[in-house]
Amino acid sequence: MFSAVLDNRRFRSWSGQILLLGGFAALLLWLVNNTVTNLDARGIRVGFDFLWRPANFPISESVLPYNPSDNFLWAYVTGVGNTLAISVLAIFLSTALGLLVGLARRSKHPLTSGVAGVFVTTMRNMPLIVHLLFWYALATTALPAPREAYNPLPGVFLSLRGFYIPALELDALAWAMLCLVIVVTWGAWRLRHHLFGSGRWHERHPVLALLGLTAAVALGAALLLRPGAVVSFPEIRGFNFTGGLRLSPEFAALMLGLVIYTSAFIGEIIRGGIDAVAIGQWEAGRAIGLSERHTLTKIIIPQALRIIIPPMTSQYLSTVKNTTLALAVGYPELGLVVGTVINQTGQAIESMALLLGIFLSISIAVSLFMNWYNAHVALVEAR
Amino acid sequence: MTVIDTAPTVAHIAPSAPPRPPRKPILQLFFGDLVASILTISTGFLLILMIPALNWAVLDAVWATNDPSTCRDGGACWAFIAAKFRFIIFGVYPPDEQWRPLLVMALILAMILASLSPKLWGQRLIVAWVVSVAMMLILMWGGVLGMTPVPTSSWGGLPVTLLLALLSLGLGFPFAVFLALGRRSSLPIPRMLSLMTIEMVRGLPLVGLLFVASILLPLLLPAGWSIDKLGRTLAALTVFAAAYLAEVVRGGLQGVAAGQIEAAKALGIPGWKAVWHLVLPQALQKVIPPLTNTAIVMVKNTSLVLIVGVFDMLSAARVAATDPVWPAPFVESYVFVALIYFLICFGISNYSRWLETRVQSRSYR
Repeated sequence: MFSAVLDNRRFRSWSGQILLLGGFAALLLWLVNNTVTNLDARGIRVGFDFLWRPANFPISESVLPYNPSDNFLWAYVTGVGNTLAISVLAIFLSTALGLLVGLARRSKHPLTSGVAGVFVTTMRNMPLIVHLLFWYALATTALPAPREAYNPLPGVFLSLRGFYIPALELDALAWAMLCLVIVVTWGAWRLRHHLFGSGRWHERHPVLALLGLTAAVALGAALLLRPGAVVSFPEIRGFNFTGGLRLSPEFAALMLGLVIYTSAFIGEIIRGGIDAVAIGQWEAGRAIGLSERHTLTKIIIPQALRIIIPPMTSQYLSTVKNTTLALAVGYPELGLVVGTVINQTGQAIESMALLLGIFLSISIAVSLFMNWYNAHVALVEAR
Repeated sequence: MTVIDTAPTVAHIAPSAPPRPPRKPILQLFFGDLVASILTISTGFLLILMIPALNWAVLDAVWATNDPSTCRDGGACWAFIAAKFRFIIFGVYPPDEQWRPLLVMALILAMILASLSPKLWGQRLIVAWVVSVAMMLILMWGGVLGMTPVPTSSWGGLPVTLLLALLSLGLGFPFAVFLALGRRSSLPIPRMLSLMTIEMVRGLPLVGLLFVASILLPLLLPAGWSIDKLGRTLAALTVFAAAYLAEVVRGGLQGVAAGQIEAAKALGIPGWKAVWHLVLPQALQKVIPPLTNTAIVMVKNTSLVLIVGVFDMLSAARVAATDPVWPAPFVESYVFVALIYFLICFGISNYSRWLETRVQSRSYR
């Protein structure tokens, strides 16, 4: 009777699972118990009420306005803002550069494909943190003082104090106009088939196309020439620059390192995706009389995208996670803020929980978005 | 019958490549049409932009000197690397005992060379690895056979980088196999636990895990237990490696045909025996080439331990460059370290390419 119960498959499988779950729960309980004892011994109080105390530490640069009298919560928000800003910028720039690299590697031109190949091989095989430290060292030791700053392009200055580039300064009305221009252009592009019928509408409606183009250019020019929107160029005044936009050495090193490293990986993903489309697809496109350009845009790219998107998702995710290395060069992203807060308050558990929670949510959000995009592309492909 | 007759001929003809197109003259290749000319000019322009870097690294460089002040003239100071070579490679390990880390590195190199050929893979090789890693740790620690004990806080440089990569992969692998089996299990609780662990670790940046290990781990363990900094870092790297390896192993498990398990069931082989003797060996053989990619990732990731203050090769180079006698040769130090990482990772990736072609050609048997 007893052995019959033991031999029962379902009984065995469930008892094993319950044992496993019990062991896991016991481990967690043990850890929590240890932590409570340790915290009691050190006199640390657990709780999130420290978030409302003033932070009293500076954050050297931030996308969101911050000053040391703000509370810890706002310091965290500032860190998240910086992390998101550098992630988005790095992903955008490295996708653009990666596309160039990928296409250059596929080029039939031996010099171009050779240079791209060397770039990819060297950049991928070095740790990202070495890239970052290298660029930071270059920006802080090899560049001259502001008065002798390098001036590679008009309006661009490279110096020890940072990089200075021309900046577009917009007031509220100019921002509103800019948004309007973007929204109208985008809307017109999406609705172009409804507005003008399919086909080469600008050939069939040349006057309309010309008018639209003129209006867009005029609006753009008005935007730039209004007193509310000025392009400010950096100028040397005394020992430092005024005007323009300053990129700190930390930010510049972080962007250079992150974009160069990531673009090497993205270049390989894009090249692999295009290569994976069977050569017969090119030949079929030619056989039914499509032009080279249409074969590429209508046949090859939609199929390549389907292959590219899953590895691209994980590349974007690791780029977001890689931004935490910014703390090696001292750019104040979330990791650095968390480190500072732990030093200042000793609230390690809460701070780590926030850090982990925020990164997990970012990871989940990016993969949800990319999955949605993947489904979107797959659907288009299936039609 | 005809099918059998024609099959070998088709297979025989297939590999012969179509005739190569005649070679274009170089001028036509570079300036034959508009696109080619634009590419030539733009790539050439890029290469010209690199000339100052070349000047700095080769022509203006100081290759050998005993006088640091000659390094202030703008070229690269490779003499600094020569002077600090031992420090960057061995860190703060006691100079008189540095033959020990050197021996450790020689042992690692010998073991890697011995493991290259798939012919030697087997249980004996695994035992040899376990024994040699134990020997490496004894050599580093000392305290027996008349060797002076050296605490982990004095370990440093390249041996730490290599040992961290090796140990995190080696210790992470068994966990990875369990996690992968758990994730593919039909039982809900192991599947959920494995899935949660893998996805959580993979969703976090390694820096976050290193923070957890260096800040939270002392709080999580009972008061008497203390793990030193190197051990805590290794724990974080191991957890990280296990989660990533688990995904690779899962790929291998998915590649094992379902018929294998069904055949085992039909023969009355109990489930776990079938997994251990049938599924795992086949799966692991499949995942060895992609495992080398994880190895490259882990070698590169060991450099992150700098953030929590472990003295690996990168930290050693950074500290070496702060020597006030020399004119802050940070760039040279990082280039040197990057070169070493490059050699290791490039070696592994070429090996993996070789292995892949070999495994592919063997799978026809």
